[in-house]
Amino acid sequence: MTEMISITLRVNGSERTAAVEPRRSLVDFLRHDLGLVGTHVGCEHGVCGACTVMLDGRTVRSCLLFAAQADGSEVTTIEGIGTDEALHPLQVAFQQHHALQCGFCTPGMILAALELLRDNADPSDEEIRVGLSGNLCMCTGYVNIVRAVRAAARDGNVR
Amino acid sequence: MIPGSFEYYAPRSLSDAVKYLSAHKDDVKILSGGQSLLPLMKMRLSKPGYILDIGRIPGLDSIAEEGNNLIIGALVTHNQIEDSELLKKNCPLLPQTATTIADVQVRNRGTIGGSIAHADPAGDWPPAIMALDAEIKVVGPRSERWVKCNDFFLGLLMSVLEPDEVVTALKVPVTGNDKTAYLKAAPRSSGFAVVGVAVRMAMEASGVCSQIALGITGVADKAYRANRVEQMLTGKKLDSKLIEDVATESTRNVDVIEDINGSSEYRAHLTHVYVARAIQAAMQS
Repeated sequence: MTEMISITLRVNGSERTAAVEPRRSLVDFLRHDLGLVGTHVGCEHGVCGACTVMLDGRTVRSCLLFAAQADGSEVTTIEGIGTDEALHPLQVAFQQHHALQCGFCTPGMILAALELLRDNADPSDEEIRVGLSGNLCMCTGYVNIVRAVRAAARDGNVR
Repeated sequence: MIPGSFEYYAPRSLSDAVKYLSAHKDDVKILSGGQSLLPLMKMRLSKPGYILDIGRIPGLDSIAEEGNNLIIGALVTHNQIEDSELLKKNCPLLPQTATTIADVQVRNRGTIGGSIAHADPAGDWPPAIMALDAEIKVVGPRSERWVKCNDFFLGLLMSVLEPDEVVTALKVPVTGNDKTAYLKAAPRSSGFAVVGVAVRMAMEASGVCSQIALGITGVADKAYRANRVEQMLTGKKLDSKLIEDVATESTRNVDVIEDINGSSEYRAHLTHVYVARAIQAAMQS
């Protein structure tokens, strides 16, 4: 048995401390140790983007990061950007424009879209597609996802 | 998908890092951004007993001017390079290359030092830094050395790095008025180069090419310089017919690989097309 490592990080604004195995991925730490199951596990090797979270304000794949590497960092997951009562403007736009069917890719898509709009408040359709190219949707394609991101950009409420 | 167990060590100093490497050199892997290493570990293609995370060593994550050169720390991410005003002004080939790497999430984590040390034959950095005649700083237990990047890569995932050495920085020249471009053919889902071509060239007002360097990736077991094409274009007034004719020399004497993305014949043809296009893109830059 390898030695456990103690880590402390801020997750969605709250400080969390835990002992983890070195090989514990950030996504497994979030889901299994903290119970934050909004971050999804898809391919588990850095292709699909379903596990996308924000680490110190930038999107990363939480399956390609050991929890130990996030020690001392600020992590934001889908649970940290909106609530059932007060959805984030991107969540509202995804709902209004039918930008999801099964919803598996949606948390990752929304966080990727959030970083995109923070960097570029008025992206073209091509820029939206490039910005979301690290996130795969296996249901229906990307037309309504692009439409939702465009609408959220137009409404201008994304922070 | 869970990697094998390992001991994890994240030192705060380079000397501690090198000591750890020396102590465990038969069974240690260096973790930087982890965007290549973690998939390999998860698929158990790599099962190191010790992981040395260099991500917390101070001083390796910045870009600095040093005379007529720029020193880029090994922990500088692809995203930092993409956004660097200093590089856009003084060495635009690097941001031009960074912006084509994988996707945003990978660029936010992946580092230039990690990518170079990994020596992936389809990596985007090797052709770019070869076209720049960059040098790579390598630190080991007894000494540090600068390795010319043309001497660094040996083959598939192999370089001159010893098991107890770590890449700490890259030195690239300020390219001034030189024209540069990086162009690649890649599947959109992975962004991995089937062919990638980096160009740095100097043009006289008359349209004569006074100097040109071409780095090519994705085509052989390591990136290479298209020396013959460079020689044939130097001192010539460039037009599209000459460029296209000479581009066919870019795979001469090269053992062109074959894989799921294309036969060697197709890849060689694609290389000729991308060499010509990359030169033309640089001329128009």
